[in-house]
Amino acid sequence: MTPAEIRVEILDILDDISPDEDLDNLKDDVAFREQLELDSMDFLDIVMELRKRHRVQIPEEDYGHLASMASTVSYLEPKMVDIVKS
Amino acid sequence: MPDDQRIVITGIGLTAPNGNDWATYRESLLAKKSGVQPYEIRYFGKTLAGVCDFEATRYQKKKEIRRGTRAGSVGVYAANEAIKHSGIDWENTDRSRVGIYVGVTEHGNVETENEIFIIKGFDYDTSCWSHHHNPRTVANNPAGEIALNMGITGPHYTIGAACAAGNAGIIQGAQMLRLHECDLAIAGGTSESIHTFGIFASFNSQNALATHDDPTQASRPFDKERNGIVVAEGGCLYTLERLSDAKARSANIIGELVGYAMNTDATDFVLPNPERQAQCVNAALQRAGLNAEDIDIVSTHATGTSSGDTQECKALREVFGNCKTVRINNTKSYIGHAMGAAGALELAGNLSSFQDGVVHPTINVDDLDPDCDLPGLVLNEPQETKQVDYVLNNSFGMLGINSVVIIGRV
Repeated sequence: MTPAEIRVEILDILDDISPDEDLDNLKDDVAFREQLELDSMDFLDIVMELRKRHRVQIPEEDYGHLASMASTVSYLEPKMVDIVKS
Repeated sequence: MPDDQRIVITGIGLTAPNGNDWATYRESLLAKKSGVQPYEIRYFGKTLAGVCDFEATRYQKKKEIRRGTRAGSVGVYAANEAIKHSGIDWENTDRSRVGIYVGVTEHGNVETENEIFIIKGFDYDTSCWSHHHNPRTVANNPAGEIALNMGITGPHYTIGAACAAGNAGIIQGAQMLRLHECDLAIAGGTSESIHTFGIFASFNSQNALATHDDPTQASRPFDKERNGIVVAEGGCLYTLERLSDAKARSANIIGELVGYAMNTDATDFVLPNPERQAQCVNAALQRAGLNAEDIDIVSTHATGTSSGDTQECKALREVFGNCKTVRINNTKSYIGHAMGAAGALELAGNLSSFQDGVVHPTINVDDLDPDCDLPGLVLNEPQETKQVDYVLNNSFGMLGINSVVIIGRV
């Protein structure tokens, strides 16, 4: 997956997790929590969905990388580079 | 009894397979409108069920619905509707003095089945088991979701009482009000049971799951051709207050809980014991200071199983066999068996009789089983009365749990 494709995938997961939120104006460099109503269970949902959808494993010590869209995509890029978007 | 020990109903919120508010539900009962429809669930396949179509997003965000359970959604809807119906000044209510007491037949089967289904797709890799499973399946979940949604910080819990749970929730709420553990009780029962294939499969294995070519005729307590239970979802929660508090705010009082009783068969896992059921009914009458002749409507528990219906009829014949004016009906014939919500919903269907004086009938009785031929049965057509002063509501469950409540006109 390219960084752009990973971004789309994360947006799709966020849409599932937070169906009441408007994601159109999400700012990539601003923390998710400053823009969306997300709690720790929601972040675990991101981890879980990546595991289920792409078998990507994110260890607990790396959860901090999921703070914003930019940091998430940057963190996931090497882990998902060999995944072909279906 | 002093007014601060007398407990009254001041609001009703409900969703039933044939109505999403008290008035519509009553209209459906008087119009003999069933809420049973064709239904399909994973593994079990095609069957019948009582399905609710309430608007969950009226009181919940989509995220709340996704994170929670169907029983929670049913409860949130019913609780908010009850508060609205009660006319309570909710914005200025001390939420730490509100208690939530929700009867459930079972909870957690739906969510556990869902997770097992999901991890099956991952070769049973338990790392794909949701972190939401525990908060969804803790036994207090439906009551806890109501508390979260409405900002209620008083005591909340569920009452696990099989299919006697709806009445048990009401009784628990009343007891907590009498103890002054809360000033307002939101009490009754909920059910999400149609979303677990296990309940259908288990009743089917017990030869106790109803089938019929016409879904609306499948639930037929007291009829010779009855062949089992129609599983239903639903919920009914009441606002209960002490009479003194209700009077102080000039509340519209729907009825008073004048008597109640719970007891246990201690004889069988599933087969009801009519002797114990009769004892439970008599205990409720005694607590109310009433005789059997004083009861105007008996709302039966009968589920449409061969033995269950006849057992309850034996109990009722013992207590009400010589009563000239009592009317006896059954609401499951319309909506199926709403499990933890059944007792509360069936009571609500009959409380309208205080206002309109009409007794809704048991429908689908084409050929009355002689073993169920009780005096006063209201069959297939509504009956008008001069006045209804007392409604007695039966609700019984597996492992021999029995509950009876008596509501009186105020």
